[in-house]
Amino acid sequence: MIEFFTENKDMIFIVILMIFVGVEVIGKVPAVLHTPLMSGANAIHGVVVVGAILLMLNTETDNYLALALGTIAVFLGTLNVVGGFVVTDRMLEMFKKK
Amino acid sequence: MNLEIQHIIYLLSSVTFILGLKMLSNAKTAKKGNSLAAVGMIAAILTAIVFHDGAVSPLVYGLIFGAIAIGTVVGWLTAKRVQMTKMPELVSLFNGMGGACAALIGLVEFHHNTSNPTNMAVILAGMVIGSVSFSGSMIAWAKLNGTLKNAIRLPQYNLINTAIMFGLFAYSAWMIWAGTADEMHLYILFFASIAYGILFVLPIGGADMPVVISLLNSFTGLAAAFGGFLYGNQVMLTGGILVGSAGTLLTLVMCKAMNRPLFNVIFGAFGAGTESAGVAGPQGNVKEVGPSDLAVQLNYSKKVIIVPGYGLAVAQAQHVIKELETILESRGVEVTYAIHPVAGRMPGHMNVLLAESNVEYDKLKEMEDINPEFAQTDVVLVVGANDVVNPAAKNDPSSPIYGMPILDVENAKACIVNKRSMNAGYAGIENELFFRDKTQMLFGDAKKVLTELVTELKALD
Repeated sequence: MIEFFTENKDMIFIVILMIFVGVEVIGKVPAVLHTPLMSGANAIHGVVVVGAILLMLNTETDNYLALALGTIAVFLGTLNVVGGFVVTDRMLEMFKKK
Repeated sequence: MNLEIQHIIYLLSSVTFILGLKMLSNAKTAKKGNSLAAVGMIAAILTAIVFHDGAVSPLVYGLIFGAIAIGTVVGWLTAKRVQMTKMPELVSLFNGMGGACAALIGLVEFHHNTSNPTNMAVILAGMVIGSVSFSGSMIAWAKLNGTLKNAIRLPQYNLINTAIMFGLFAYSAWMIWAGTADEMHLYILFFASIAYGILFVLPIGGADMPVVISLLNSFTGLAAAFGGFLYGNQVMLTGGILVGSAGTLLTLVMCKAMNRPLFNVIFGAFGAGTESAGVAGPQGNVKEVGPSDLAVQLNYSKKVIIVPGYGLAVAQAQHVIKELETILESRGVEVTYAIHPVAGRMPGHMNVLLAESNVEYDKLKEMEDINPEFAQTDVVLVVGANDVVNPAAKNDPSSPIYGMPILDVENAKACIVNKRSMNAGYAGIENELFFRDKTQMLFGDAKKVLTELVTELKALD
């Protein structure tokens, strides 16, 4: 346990602090913005695509299964990112128009 | 040097995510916030590719860029083309894609890491949560879509689901403890997680889907964060945890707006009461009103409040309702909209729809602000809403929606309810409001009858 903490203390710091930031940041959101906010957050967790890219970059060229799954992962992650941001933008476009 | 640049860019990206989310929670800055986070995301993705140390074959680059290019085109077109009423299910769909991405990372990374218990725990956690989020989101998508209409409940589903959940924990713990390198166990865990996601969402009623999507959204955030832990990648970690924590809070806020504890949403107290309440509802006579009589009534009102619900969205009547507002305002009638926190299929959904048809932001009043105004209102026009105006939420403790805050439309001098038929609302319960003396029913498809109403109003001039 102690060993785990020492090895990963930077990561653990980030995790704990980010939990508080996350709660703080959307503390006083009006109900109107719940959907766009959820959609925006949805786009942000698309950052998982970075993991899929790192996976691909570290895969040997002859590991076809890993390459295939990795390519699908990058594709799905990209869908999440692009679709998420674009659909949020469309929702918010509706609010701006006067 | 590459590593330093990478870290700095990741740091900046993390800051854009935090600021973006902060700005998204304010109507004035929301659009900029979204774009800011998007810029940060692009920077993070490019950084991961460009500043990678070590030799990479052109094939791998080709696959990565190909997948990104296709994903961008497909995601962009889908998001641009979807109708605004279909938006909630699209969010669910994209969320599922993120979950699947996290699950695939776990599947591929497993065999490199069987000797390191910490890595294995992180991989399995990411894979399990990602898979649950993926299959759960797909079910939520199908439900909102209308493909899956009814809540399907296995006998003792709560018991089964809880058992599977603990089973997933125990199996993962055993795999880590045994340090097994056998991929069979990995696939068993993977399929069990997929099954859990399906069984978890299936019994939950459609009305609670927004809460479920929000919850699964934070799951995917968590899965992304586990990926970040695995790769020692700070931007994944910050982005993932940020969404995980903000998403959880948002889920709780939504539950509060519906006055439904999260526990009830997940363990389905809703279903139990529904069947009995659907049959034995309040009985009595309803009064009907036609478009021409209503036109006269509205024409001579001073203050009208419109209560839009999902029926309005389904009928695509948001544009004609704006037309109605314009013509009434030109006759000196004060028109505002009362937006229940869960009007539509998601909080804020109705606002987006009405904004699409150019209704001014200031005219949309939230429940707490408008409730005192009903007493001074001549006519309330309820269009395609039902449960959010059901007095049973206030005075019938046996009702499944008892305790949900509602719009006090019964305080107005007259209440017109537009519905297609006398069918019960989304929660499947009768509404005694329809049988009240002050209530008149305007039957028909919202778009059709409102168009008729507008025509009648024009003729009155």
